[in-house]
Amino acid sequence: MSLLEIENLSLSIHGTDILKQVNLSITPGQIVAVTGESGSGKSMTALAVMQLLPDGAKTTGVIRLNGSDLLDRDENDMCTLRGAAIGMVFQEPMTALNPVRTIGDQVMETILIHKAMPPRQARDRAEEVLTRVGLPPDRFPLSRFPHELSGGQRQRVVIAMAIALRPKLLIADEPTTALDVTTQAQILKLLKGLVSEYDMGLLMITHDLAVVADMADQIVVMRHGEVVESGATDHLLHHMQHPYTRMLFKASGYQVSLPELAQSRPLLEVTNVIRDYRLPRKGLFDTPGHHRAVDQVSFTLNSGERLGLVGESGCGKSTLTKAILGLEEVQGGDIRLDGQPVFSGHKPNLAVRRKMQVVFQDPYGSFNPRHRVARLITEPFHLLDAPVMGSERQDRIAEMLTAVGLSPDDAGKYIHEFSGGQRQRIAIARALIIRPELILFDEAVSALDVSVRAQILDLLAELCEAYDLTYLFISHDLSVVRTITDRVMVMRAGKIVEEGDTESVFSDPQHQYTKDLINAAPVLPDIGRDVA
Amino acid sequence: MRFLPIFWFHRCWTGSACAPNVASMLRYALKRLISLVISLAVASVVIFAVIEVAPGDPASFMLGVNAQEDTLAALRAELGLDVSKLQRYFNWVGGMMVGDFGTSYTYRTPVSQMIADRLWVSLPLALYALTLSTAIAFPVGIYAAARRGKPGDLTVMGATQLGIAVPNFWFAMMLVLVFAINLRWFNAGGFVGWDKGLWAGLHSLTLPAIALALPQAAILARVMRSSLLDILGEDFMRTARAKGLSRRQALWRHGVRNALIPVLTIIGLQFSFLLAGSIIIEQVFYLPGLGRLVFQAISARDLIVVESVVMLLVFAVITVNFLVDLAYAAVDPRLRSRT
Repeated sequence: MSLLEIENLSLSIHGTDILKQVNLSITPGQIVAVTGESGSGKSMTALAVMQLLPDGAKTTGVIRLNGSDLLDRDENDMCTLRGAAIGMVFQEPMTALNPVRTIGDQVMETILIHKAMPPRQARDRAEEVLTRVGLPPDRFPLSRFPHELSGGQRQRVVIAMAIALRPKLLIADEPTTALDVTTQAQILKLLKGLVSEYDMGLLMITHDLAVVADMADQIVVMRHGEVVESGATDHLLHHMQHPYTRMLFKASGYQVSLPELAQSRPLLEVTNVIRDYRLPRKGLFDTPGHHRAVDQVSFTLNSGERLGLVGESGCGKSTLTKAILGLEEVQGGDIRLDGQPVFSGHKPNLAVRRKMQVVFQDPYGSFNPRHRVARLITEPFHLLDAPVMGSERQDRIAEMLTAVGLSPDDAGKYIHEFSGGQRQRIAIARALIIRPELILFDEAVSALDVSVRAQILDLLAELCEAYDLTYLFISHDLSVVRTITDRVMVMRAGKIVEEGDTESVFSDPQHQYTKDLINAAPVLPDIGRDVA
Repeated sequence: MRFLPIFWFHRCWTGSACAPNVASMLRYALKRLISLVISLAVASVVIFAVIEVAPGDPASFMLGVNAQEDTLAALRAELGLDVSKLQRYFNWVGGMMVGDFGTSYTYRTPVSQMIADRLWVSLPLALYALTLSTAIAFPVGIYAAARRGKPGDLTVMGATQLGIAVPNFWFAMMLVLVFAINLRWFNAGGFVGWDKGLWAGLHSLTLPAIALALPQAAILARVMRSSLLDILGEDFMRTARAKGLSRRQALWRHGVRNALIPVLTIIGLQFSFLLAGSIIIEQVFYLPGLGRLVFQAISARDLIVVESVVMLLVFAVITVNFLVDLAYAAVDPRLRSRT
């Protein structure tokens, strides 16, 4: 018998249809993955099961848990089910825990709120589940606060809270999206182990098809609030019917072909760069310590070359990027562009600054919402001695917008009128408009849906052809770096541990850390690619 | 050696002497204490300098324009004005440390006595008003946040808007009209003194305290509401609901404490304001408070009184900030570890 059955679930919020006739079912011990792009309604499906929908939500249909319909239950009944019969794990481990309460308190709360056992036993159970999720109390006492844990450890606490009462159904909404690949692999393994150990049903929401293919017994593909295709994982991967499913798989493993690399001169030379951050002093009379975020990094980027930089969070990628851009001064070593230092004296060197531009990760936060597109993309002109004015300015705006696949008419619009992918195109236009010699892409496609990401990668390949781009592409996403760069560097704890031609590093990694990274990254099965 | 306080502090700092939580709290408190002492020292220099550069000689002001030169000199010597500025600064600071604030130029009585008399009115009044405003603002703010957009919330928003807009002396006059003149529950003004008993003292401070508290409560309630609304949108509130907590349980267990930080900031600012800024209310109710003392001292060019009261207020403000800082750390463990 099914543990969870969703039949013809429809949902509207303030009159807007969010879900249309969704059907899915989960049996005990089964992992069902709901996948799709942003706005497909996958998270809303999960929240509908929990009945934690936003105000103004109206649901119709049936959500049956162990045979009884959840939509008939009142709020008090749902409170007794949430946490006890259904556990839930969220995407953002950094913010999912209350910062002012200890982890022990928070895990125990799940138990105590349901009056499942007296406090003393609840404490023992909390220690037990925390141990089960990999946080044994001798190393992670219950008195720890969330800010004393890493992202992966916090996600383990969230999982411990969700499973403390051994719920029959666990819902995980993008549980590993915010985590590094090696941490992601551990958390996925943990979830898989818990499902078989407790014979739970797992409803997993994720946009990452490689994770889906790796984890799920059943796949449900959603788009615009509707289920377009569903089935057993193996079967679905071999016999994709719906064009959207095919498109998704194709876009996930999307590859572009970059133009040939010409022989060229060195453009960016980074020599023995050190970047230290001051730490608070340990003792009253001690000298403060240092954290070395970038440690003796050296590399050369030739003009016309596409260089990748991969590594996990905290490895120093962003710090190195800031140093190259001249946003922060380094404590040792030398960074030169075209032979000129990015920092002269203690000030950023403007002559170098105007030869570099950057595209950031967040297409929503990196624009001033009160400026029109024309003003946004011409901002780099301020770096020039003689700002481009008049008709030439208009021509450059039109040229750039066309080059990134938008219309010159878009110049008069505001940024909120564009989608995430379009915004990233505008960010690229802004970077290109002064024809910089070097562009830094800092996780520039990480926040995008797979289909949009594929389009942006295409755009980059086209621009490489048209403008002879030289770029440094910083990302944690190995598959993207593999297709969009000629050479790659792997960074760990402030050091470059491996460097070489992208293809040879990926197919034959030398350093153990590179091997671990590549092994941890979930891969799309070849089947998916073939069909698409 | 090992019993010296500094040595003990150092051991706590490094965490070897006590539990890590206690150690981090002590380390935090010590840091704030050091910054408190530095602030006080800087403030005393600034206050002294500002008042010294103000034109006018207290001695000639006191004796009038026709005073004899030798009488002036004698008075200057008596007031301690005949030594160098640096010497005067150290005399002033050194005196304050042992409770000697000097002698009033106009009244020829010890300033410390004058201040103490007034402080016995102003400090209880400020505390009374602050207690009232907090007691009103917390439940009202939490109530409004829990019913966002509903009639209860809209009523609170309207009422607090009014509370902020209407000046407190108008409240004061209304209170006098209703409760003193019509109902005769309270006296219209004056202070009976603490020697008549605690209850009588509090009774005569009640109307002024309410008049001071209402506008402050309106501000504080709005801060509480908006701070709590921010917290209600946080991910961990959703996590709490997913654990099975009802809306109300989640609000009380996870919302309120997180919402306190901005509220504490406002409470600190309000206390300083209540202590020094209640001069209008003191006038309306004929209370012999600090505000009136400063006002009179300034008009009489009684610099030593002005200096002392200002220094006292600065001391109060800095101390309150210190306490607020400690309260932050008690509420939020992240502040303790970020030393």
